[in-house]
Amino acid sequence: MAAVHAFRGGVHPKHNKNTDVLPSIRLNDFQEVEILLHQHIGPPCRSVVKPGDYVYVGTLVGAADHPMAVPIHSSVSGTVREVHYVVSPTGNPIEAVRIESDAKFRVDPAISPPHVETKQDFLDMVRASGLVGLGGAAFPTHIKLNPPKGKDPDILLINAAECEPYITSDYRQMSEHPDEIVDGILEIMHWLNIPKAIIGFEDNKPLVHRIFTHELAKRVYKTGTKQPIEVRSLKAIYPQGAEKMLIYSLTKRRVPPGKLPHDVGVLVLNVSTVRFLGFHMRNGIPLTRRRITLDGSALNTPGNFNVPIGARIKDLIEAAGGTREEPQKIIMGGAMMGVALDRIDCGIIKANNAILVFGSNEAKIPAESPCIRCGRCVAVCPMGLMPTGIDVSTRSRDVEGLEFFHVMDCIECGCCTYSCPSKRFLTQSIKNGKVLVRAELTRRANEKKLLEESDKIASGKEAPSESN
Amino acid sequence: MKLQVSNSPHVRDDVTTPSIMRDVVIALMPATIYSGYMFGLRAILMVMVSATSCLLFEYMSRKIMKRNNTLYDMSALVTGILLALNMPATLPFYMLVLAALFAIVVVKQFFGGLGNNFVNPAIAARIFLVISFPEYMSTWTLRSGAFDFFDSLRGADLVSSATPLASMNTLHASGSIGHIIDNKDALPSLFAMFIGERAGSIGEVSILALLIGAAYLLARKVITPAIPASYLGSFILLVLLFGHTPIYGVLSSNTFSWSLLGEAFYEPLYMLCSGGIVLGAFFMATDYVTSPLTNKGRVLFGIGCGILTFLIRYYANMPGGVSFAIILMNILTPHIDRVTMKKPFGGLAHERR
Repeated sequence: MAAVHAFRGGVHPKHNKNTDVLPSIRLNDFQEVEILLHQHIGPPCRSVVKPGDYVYVGTLVGAADHPMAVPIHSSVSGTVREVHYVVSPTGNPIEAVRIESDAKFRVDPAISPPHVETKQDFLDMVRASGLVGLGGAAFPTHIKLNPPKGKDPDILLINAAECEPYITSDYRQMSEHPDEIVDGILEIMHWLNIPKAIIGFEDNKPLVHRIFTHELAKRVYKTGTKQPIEVRSLKAIYPQGAEKMLIYSLTKRRVPPGKLPHDVGVLVLNVSTVRFLGFHMRNGIPLTRRRITLDGSALNTPGNFNVPIGARIKDLIEAAGGTREEPQKIIMGGAMMGVALDRIDCGIIKANNAILVFGSNEAKIPAESPCIRCGRCVAVCPMGLMPTGIDVSTRSRDVEGLEFFHVMDCIECGCCTYSCPSKRFLTQSIKNGKVLVRAELTRRANEKKLLEESDKIASGKEAPSESN
Repeated sequence: MKLQVSNSPHVRDDVTTPSIMRDVVIALMPATIYSGYMFGLRAILMVMVSATSCLLFEYMSRKIMKRNNTLYDMSALVTGILLALNMPATLPFYMLVLAALFAIVVVKQFFGGLGNNFVNPAIAARIFLVISFPEYMSTWTLRSGAFDFFDSLRGADLVSSATPLASMNTLHASGSIGHIIDNKDALPSLFAMFIGERAGSIGEVSILALLIGAAYLLARKVITPAIPASYLGSFILLVLLFGHTPIYGVLSSNTFSWSLLGEAFYEPLYMLCSGGIVLGAFFMATDYVTSPLTNKGRVLFGIGCGILTFLIRYYANMPGGVSFAIILMNILTPHIDRVTMKKPFGGLAHERR
């Protein structure tokens, strides 16, 4: 079957999948972990432990009070040392629990395989397991699995594209746990009543096709029925794994700007997310560990590592073999969309799929030169925007221009900056532009409110009361 | 540990502004070398004088304006080479330097340097010379006699000759459609014109050399085919339909035969191989700064160039049809950009339901 490349635009960064054949290594040698109490999109969790408490692997440390929040569990067994505020990787103050590990990794005795009878049970289980989107966005999975009424998905897409350079953690997940992935897919299809699923992967990982056809064939042998799961190859082009691009490539459905996949009847989950679901259904252990790719020119031994969530990045780099040169740039996430860190004593979070440690050669930041209007950014933008126009508008603080160029539709994939021969920071400019537009929208809303109020006062309908 | 922080993405493509300009310079080399063969060493000297003065003016104007040195981006070099290639072989050197001054200082740096000029500097400078020194800019020559180093360097071996465009106009003025078809022998042969055995600007004569350079640019993805294809395509179509020997005129003048159809295509091919249209379509109209951003816009731009070139060549009786066509479309580029803006993936914001 020919590989699908459906969306327009996209770029071809060097794949650098240096670690794809290396089996994941389980790292447990951490003296302490620092578990951030805000690891998802939504309000933060509330700490439920205090210094001196003994916790097991899987013991709740952060309770989720808000419906959008997802609980957070301890990833080691040991003693809570501190509940304090730290600076998050993105620079915000955030509550964290510091736990000293006793290196025994005792699982909480209260944990047992989940018992699910209804759809609500299933959703509650997903939420209690602490599962968020493991592809990088950390969107709470129980919200995704529960779309608004009338928008039930008719197709489940499994995002196995892993289009970011360097990262191979999803690929290792697929190589090592195809059974749990298929389990997870079947559970979701069963409880959400979705008739069809497609696993979409990029054709630079040809083994994926064989892995899943084999796994699905085994099930036909076992159960006698063929599962409605399709494995489809996609052209390796960044950002093939971006949600909207993946949906379009696999189903030809376009998600309008500002809308979500369920608006076009699609549910998209990362392959690691469904794998955890399959794993959790078997033994009930909440999300306490994840696979993470460590790569970059400054590392001695790049590879994939199965690590407890909350392990400090500096400990992780040491445990994974250390560095061979002074790191110049450390990136949390992929080379195209990841965040460059300014300190490495923070703990890794659930959605963290890679840590890239760049040496002096890779960390070079090229100098900007004037835009030569070559149109490359326009040609590669998968969202059909004009990054150079947005850049000009942002730099001249022209909010109307930003709206004219649809700045809010940008998915920040970084293709424009990647392709720019003048090495302009287009994506950064666009992010700044979004801030400007949001500020302007707020200002307009406030102004409207004030005007309405003053109109009311002027018309005498609502005299200002002095008692207030 | 000191860590560098920057916004994503953290990897960049290898293509840079200097690498693009370098590719354009490489692509212009076949035409430059051929000009040396066709018009003697003076042509090469012209390219060198023009390139050097462009680089010098770029350096000096940035220095005087207290702005950063931009010689490294090589755009001034490209302008310099293109400028010389658009000139007749007998042009006095001081005029060339004057043109370089106009291109770099007035057209480019006065508007803010690379990326901010609204018309192509080389074309604007050429038009500046056409208007200021019309007699020098319409003296066309060919090399004659045996090769002599010093004669060649001085251009003393150049004798004036009519350009193919002028020959065609003369022939057309003296007779009907059939007259042109029957007297093809009075015109240079298509093959000679393709190779470059004709009078004209030093860089425009060899279609073969230009196409080699164009193929390089296309293969390196420096330019997209949109502008050249739409420019040349619309021009061919217009010549076919409304030229001196329109296709319906040729076909109705006699009983149909395949060779007759060939006759109908004679004029468009002749027109492509004469004047600067191939140089213009691949190297001047595709200038990033002064052409539209989207492919749709580039097609519109190319069609506009094709129409204007046709109109000027057939109805305006003046040299420089290609230059004027491209510079007029350069001016329209911001408007083309506005009307050909791409629609965001998934529809426009106000179309959301």
